[in-house]
Amino acid sequence: MTKVTFRQPDGVESTIEVPDGWSLMEAAMQNDINGLLAECGGGCACATCHVYVEELELSGLDEISDMEADMLECVSSERRPESRLSCQLRMSEGSKDLVVLIPESQI
Amino acid sequence: MSKEIFIVVGAGQAGLQICTALRANGFEGRLILIGDESSLPYQRPPLSKEFLLGDLDPERLLYRKAEYFEKLDVELILDDTVEKLDASRCTVSLRSGRTLKYSKLALATGARVRALECVGSDSPDVCYIRTLADSLNLRERLQRAKSMVVVGGGFIGLEAGAMACKMGKKVSVVEGSERLMKRAISPDLSEYYLSLHREKGVDVRVGCEVSHLEQHQHGLTVVPKIGQSITADIVLVGIGVVPNSEIAESAGLECANGILVNEKCLTSDANIVAAGDCTMHQNQFLQKTLRLESIQNAVDQAKVAASSMLGGNQTYDQVPWFWSDQYDVTLQIAGVTSDYDNHVRLCGKNENSFSFLYFKGDELLGVDSINHPVMHMAARKILQRKMGDETGILKSMTVDEIAAFAKARPTVSS
Repeated sequence: MTKVTFRQPDGVESTIEVPDGWSLMEAAMQNDINGLLAECGGGCACATCHVYVEELELSGLDEISDMEADMLECVSSERRPESRLSCQLRMSEGSKDLVVLIPESQI
Repeated sequence: MSKEIFIVVGAGQAGLQICTALRANGFEGRLILIGDESSLPYQRPPLSKEFLLGDLDPERLLYRKAEYFEKLDVELILDDTVEKLDASRCTVSLRSGRTLKYSKLALATGARVRALECVGSDSPDVCYIRTLADSLNLRERLQRAKSMVVVGGGFIGLEAGAMACKMGKKVSVVEGSERLMKRAISPDLSEYYLSLHREKGVDVRVGCEVSHLEQHQHGLTVVPKIGQSITADIVLVGIGVVPNSEIAESAGLECANGILVNEKCLTSDANIVAAGDCTMHQNQFLQKTLRLESIQNAVDQAKVAASSMLGGNQTYDQVPWFWSDQYDVTLQIAGVTSDYDNHVRLCGKNENSFSFLYFKGDELLGVDSINHPVMHMAARKILQRKMGDETGILKSMTVDEIAAFAKARPTVSS
């Protein structure tokens, strides 16, 4: 389990536990976190599960794949260095707890 | 005034989306969602993809946990189905014996697999993929099987075939028409996919119609009308779907290969809307009446259907898009391109990344992208603007220029 805190654009936070092997997007959807659409259900095909990961470089998350990098060029809100698609962020045993910001819009 | 009752029939992507949209738009009446499977609403796309590998817990496929439906105040009726719709009395009768009265009804009944009809096709070794139960059955069989024949070279069959291939199974594909995924992609791309599957060791036969199946003690033989027979442990059939429109037809709603709906997702009965795979719909964007089987169509129609149930004026006018994962190749389709008469090929960052832009004259109809999401996303934005022949200028642009063009002007929202 990895603890992940989602911070909405208005500052409201909710923290959920992401089971090992799950993506951040999957856990967020099942826990009804607002602000993620995840239209394609995790296929890295729609760029609607965009998040900003706080302290991304220290997070120990997997590197951005070429596909994800390309999709990040297409996100609706500002593309920042800490932008990721939450469907590509898979938690595992030993993952560090995370704080992620939800962008203003997904489409 | 008594409380309004909205009933949604079908707990797939469209049904769930209708419920979500109704509450988001302020509906405060009773909301009932009826599904014929025992599971909470779940995602179907993975069923023909990574789910088959065998290590994904079915719980992972759920869109939402049970608490969500409590929070949304949706009464879930699962493992039950509507057997009769009485549109004049505004009632639905369930298999379980209950009869429920509605003020508005949404039909999101989806589609079911088209069955292979030939001698031997009733064998228990013949599998399909539509429901979670189907996919669980197939993946359990795949664990033990050494070989699989896929009947039908469409998305579902090829995705599942690619997965079986990845698992080390001997895979064959027989497709009746002369090329793969004929309904969805151009001849050039069909050729690309034919080579891709053959390179992976899949025995792909196009123009190969099935005559009949022969059951053995262990496995089946697929006997084509012309050519050599293929024997395998399991046969997976993916030859399309049939819309679930029977209850609508029996109730006297207009149907024609699906439940007919207008651009507001209204059926011929003012109290009944329909959305998703089950609809034969007037597609404003494409300017034609058709049935679309996709997540995009389910989600976007559901939002419009919910609006119409609440007396709103939203219309369905979105760019259709689709995707398919086969091996490490992601195909993304924007628009419907069957009427194209010329096309342009654009390369991405490497040889495995490219797009085809399809035009009719100077009008861009759509774009198929192979591992090339930048082009796909740009195409969706540009197509939504409905610029007609103005899109002819894209023919001489680079990928970067097209991406900039897509960003430069705001998408017209509808």
